[in-house]
Amino acid sequence: MNEINEKSELRKIRIQSIKRNFNLFKQSKIGILGLVIVFIFGFLALLQPFLFMTNIWDEATYHPVVGYDSQKILATVVSCKDIEYPTPEYKTPSDCPAADEVNIVAVAPYNPGIKEGDVIEQFIQPAPPSSKHILGTDSLGRDVFSQLMEGSQVAFVLGLLSAIVGVGISTLLGTIAAYFGGTVDAYLMRQSDLVLMLPTLPLLFIISAFAELKVWHLALVLGIFGGLGGSVITIKSQALQVKVKPFVDSARITGGSRMKILTSHILPNVAPLALLYMVFSVTGAIASESILSFLGLLNIDMSWGLMISVAQADGYINQGMEYWWLVIPAGLAVTLLAGGFYLVGRGLDDVFNPRLRRR
Amino acid sequence: MSDNLIEVRNLVKHFEVSNSFFSGKKNVVKAVDGISFNIKPGESLGLVGQSGCGKTTTARSLCLLDPKTSGSVNFFNPEKQLMESIDNIDDDSLKIFRRNIQMIFQDPYESLNPRWTIKDIIKEPLDIHNIGNLAEREHTIVEILRTVGLTPPENYLNRYPHEISGGQRQRVSIARTLVMKPKFVICDEPTSMLDVSIRISIMDLMLNLAKELDVSYLYITHDLAVARYMCNRIAVMFNGKIVEIAETEELLQNPIHPYTKRLISSIPIPDPQFVRERYEINFEGLDKIVRDNPNEQMVDIGNNHFVATHETKEYLIES
Amino acid sequence: MFSIQGLEEDNMSVVLDVKNLSMHYETLAGNVSAVKDISFSINSGESFGLVGESGCGKTSVAMTLLQLQPENSVITEGSIKLEGKELVGLSEDELRKVRWDSISIVFQGAMNAWNPVIKIGEQIREALREHYPDNSKQTNIQKIQELFKMVGLDDTVADRYPHELSGGMKQRAVIALALSCDPKIIIADEPTTALDVVIQDQILNEIKKVQELLGLSLIYISHDIAVIAEMTDKIAVMYAGSIVEMGPTKKIFENPVHSYTRALLDSTPSIRGEKKKLKSLDGEPPSLINKIDGCSFAPRCPDKETRCNPNEHMRLVEIATDHFVDICSQGKE
Ligand SMILES: Nc1ncnc2c1ncn2[C@@H]1O[C@H](COP(=O)(O)OP(=O)(O)OP(=O)(O)O)[C@@H](O)[C@H]1O
Ligand SMILES: Nc1ncnc2c1ncn2[C@@H]1O[C@H](COP(=O)(O)OP(=O)(O)OP(=O)(O)O)[C@@H](O)[C@H]1O
Ligand SMILES: [Mg+2]
Ligand SMILES: [Mg+2]
Repeated sequence: MNEINEKSELRKIRIQSIKRNFNLFKQSKIGILGLVIVFIFGFLALLQPFLFMTNIWDEATYHPVVGYDSQKILATVVSCKDIEYPTPEYKTPSDCPAADEVNIVAVAPYNPGIKEGDVIEQFIQPAPPSSKHILGTDSLGRDVFSQLMEGSQVAFVLGLLSAIVGVGISTLLGTIAAYFGGTVDAYLMRQSDLVLMLPTLPLLFIISAFAELKVWHLALVLGIFGGLGGSVITIKSQALQVKVKPFVDSARITGGSRMKILTSHILPNVAPLALLYMVFSVTGAIASESILSFLGLLNIDMSWGLMISVAQADGYINQGMEYWWLVIPAGLAVTLLAGGFYLVGRGLDDVFNPRLRRR
Repeated sequence: MSDNLIEVRNLVKHFEVSNSFFSGKKNVVKAVDGISFNIKPGESLGLVGQSGCGKTTTARSLCLLDPKTSGSVNFFNPEKQLMESIDNIDDDSLKIFRRNIQMIFQDPYESLNPRWTIKDIIKEPLDIHNIGNLAEREHTIVEILRTVGLTPPENYLNRYPHEISGGQRQRVSIARTLVMKPKFVICDEPTSMLDVSIRISIMDLMLNLAKELDVSYLYITHDLAVARYMCNRIAVMFNGKIVEIAETEELLQNPIHPYTKRLISSIPIPDPQFVRERYEINFEGLDKIVRDNPNEQMVDIGNNHFVATHETKEYLIES
Repeated sequence: MFSIQGLEEDNMSVVLDVKNLSMHYETLAGNVSAVKDISFSINSGESFGLVGESGCGKTSVAMTLLQLQPENSVITEGSIKLEGKELVGLSEDELRKVRWDSISIVFQGAMNAWNPVIKIGEQIREALREHYPDNSKQTNIQKIQELFKMVGLDDTVADRYPHELSGGMKQRAVIALALSCDPKIIIADEPTTALDVVIQDQILNEIKKVQELLGLSLIYISHDIAVIAEMTDKIAVMYAGSIVEMGPTKKIFENPVHSYTRALLDSTPSIRGEKKKLKSLDGEPPSLINKIDGCSFAPRCPDKETRCNPNEHMRLVEIATDHFVDICSQGKE
């Protein structure tokens, strides 16, 4: 009976402590904003497979890579000539043909015998947003919203994978450098200086020239670069602080081995900072991915960078806001999710860095 | 064979610190500069002295946390029944040393791993030294928690250090140190961060355990009143040297060395009627004398009372 | 509300008069009542000790007296009269004038608050300039030299940076800074914690000397009853935000009435007299977040069964001239 009481009291204490930390996190408004953003994209990423599974979306139409949907409109054939503008119908040359018209020059080769004033069926790609495709379709007739969802899956996988790899490496090396010191430390620090000096993006361009870069390759490369670089130094300084804590001395006096002390005393106490680092490095990974796939250096079926890249390759990016749905959603998504993770990191910083706490 | 538990002879610990960022020239801080003392089983020796005089450094060198510069430390190895040096100690003896010599730290907030439960914290020494099987370990932990007054023990086993108070944390530290039944415990100001009302219960606990388990303490403090309460003998340290060592009451009644006199005369007395007289000394002069006499001997003035004369007996009489 | 009689007489020499002061901090976990209905008064030239365990609200009282309390604190009621002038409710500008004019403070840990990149003398001169804008540079320098002499510092210290000084020297310089604007009251909040006993002794001596020399009133805050015994004429024992016993130091040491005061005295080791068994106090001080009905010390009180009446609402009663004790310890009539 007593024990049950005790257990429930302990649970209460635990819950209180989680609550307290969350309350601290909540105080930082930007942290909450970031969390909301991350959750929205997480939701989008999970929503897509759900829609396919429940057949609310059929793959032939909505698949982000191989789906196709054509939108038909009826268009009047007109002829846009090199004449003085404005004319009674059109103000400037770019107004011809209007939205429900088609230039005779463009359709004549496939429709022999066509003439001005005829009404013909036209397929438009990219199609603007409609109730069926809420963000329209791209130049190949694929649903942009579905692509956006696919892109968030890629972003999450890549961001988290590279962050885990990176933080794993830097935590391990940082802790080792701090605990053993001496030559091990000196070597690791020089290595980290070296990696810091290497420009990551150009290096990735070069790598992609020699080898086919898949998402998880990229995650590994980004993770390794991030993990060997500056974060080792930060984690090391944290580990140094933990190393001189009396509880570590206490373990040494008791006779604990170096390995034991490292893994059971120092690592767990460095972990919160490492987690913080992880959240920040997701931001960088997401940004790098979109740059690389925008430049077409990544072997990937779909991603936000690729969406913009396709729009650019087909020449839609220079036409002002006319084809906005090809560029804005993807661009915004990269910015928002990368920023969202950054904001979450800032919020967590308040929790882990008691010095910043106001109360 | 001697009947001491620990014998320290001319313990020296120097730190090299670079005194300037650019020159790279090294300065030597003589934190501990040739101190000697013995501790018998069941006895507790107080080490008092001003801040920075080398008390913590002595403690850390004694228990092999930091390597000493020179001097010898011998401990009584109960398995071989003889005094053994801590230099070039073999693995078996080191294990025995680690089991028998423990330390309690000043800060109850930092001396427990914040990510471990109380149970894990106390279990660690048992795991390291492979004492008993799992069930026995559980039992030992519950017992020791009861011994240090954390009852009912079940209430504490699964808590984390931040879920208990400072006094309770210090009790956990004591439980952790005593769970292996060590013979000698070094206490580095274990109650100075605790509130007055809680302090006494911790000190009483340590005194009782000393009696029950026959533990010896090296009790470090800068407060003579605390040392008087805790210790049979007191060693007064000044700038890395022991300047006077005697039984507690003898030292308080009959201080010889000027620094001891100064120290005793600075302790506030909890009695508004009493007007304390301050014994003034010239610290710089004393500092110089102590520094200039590196190889001095302690003089026995009877009653087990030793005092450093700095080879200038006149100095003591003069001041 | 209740007020203390006896303190109101002899108004002439009363420098600071605090009545029914209550203050709490607003935190995420709830309101922390750090000062609960506190009343006391200090005559000129008197030294008043505030003693109690860590976290009982001593610093909070000091900060509230100076109206320097942090932003999340709220004074719910009470008055603070400094030489007859009410401080509660004054604007920040008016307060600033009062603050260093009449009352100044040596903060807990103040020796670590020196700006590390400015010379000590320069930092004191800045305070002087702020306060006496008409003084010439020469006058200020002279004044600093006087202050340093008073606290036993060498003139050369003025030309040094904080890191070049020992803890004791820094703390003396803090006292010099506090004295720089000729206050009438000095509040010393644990000015010697973190210093070792010999240095502590020197600093205490310095404070006492200066106080007598300048005829200042002193509020000395400490958790160490032995230091309080030496430094003060009158003490107030604080527990969990309230004063539980107050009176002339000698009287209280001779005849402690409240169980908490007794426990404090019984748990203080001394190097004088017979070595006696000290008594410990079980339990922990209560959290200041929870509302406590009746005596806040009751859960730890060794005499709650025999002597006290722990359900009474806490307030001080005068049991002898100038000796006030919380009513709960006055027992069941
Ligand atoms: N790791 C170190 N490197 C350099 N100097 C050190 C080191 N540890 C201690 N010292 C110096 O050795 C001297 C003695 O320090 P120690 O910590 O032993 O003093 P202490 O008597 O324990 O003082 P306290 O009462 O303040 O704890 C000091 O001057 C200190 O600055
Ligand atoms: N800014 C603050 N916000 C919230 N709570 C506070 C704040 N400052 C102090 N407290 C709380 O108010 C209570 C009284 O604190 P205070 O600093 O006055 O105690 P004290 O008696 O001076 O203790 P110490 O001896 O440790 O200095 C404590 O419980 C403390 O945690
Ligand atoms: Mg020390
Ligand atoms: Mg305080």
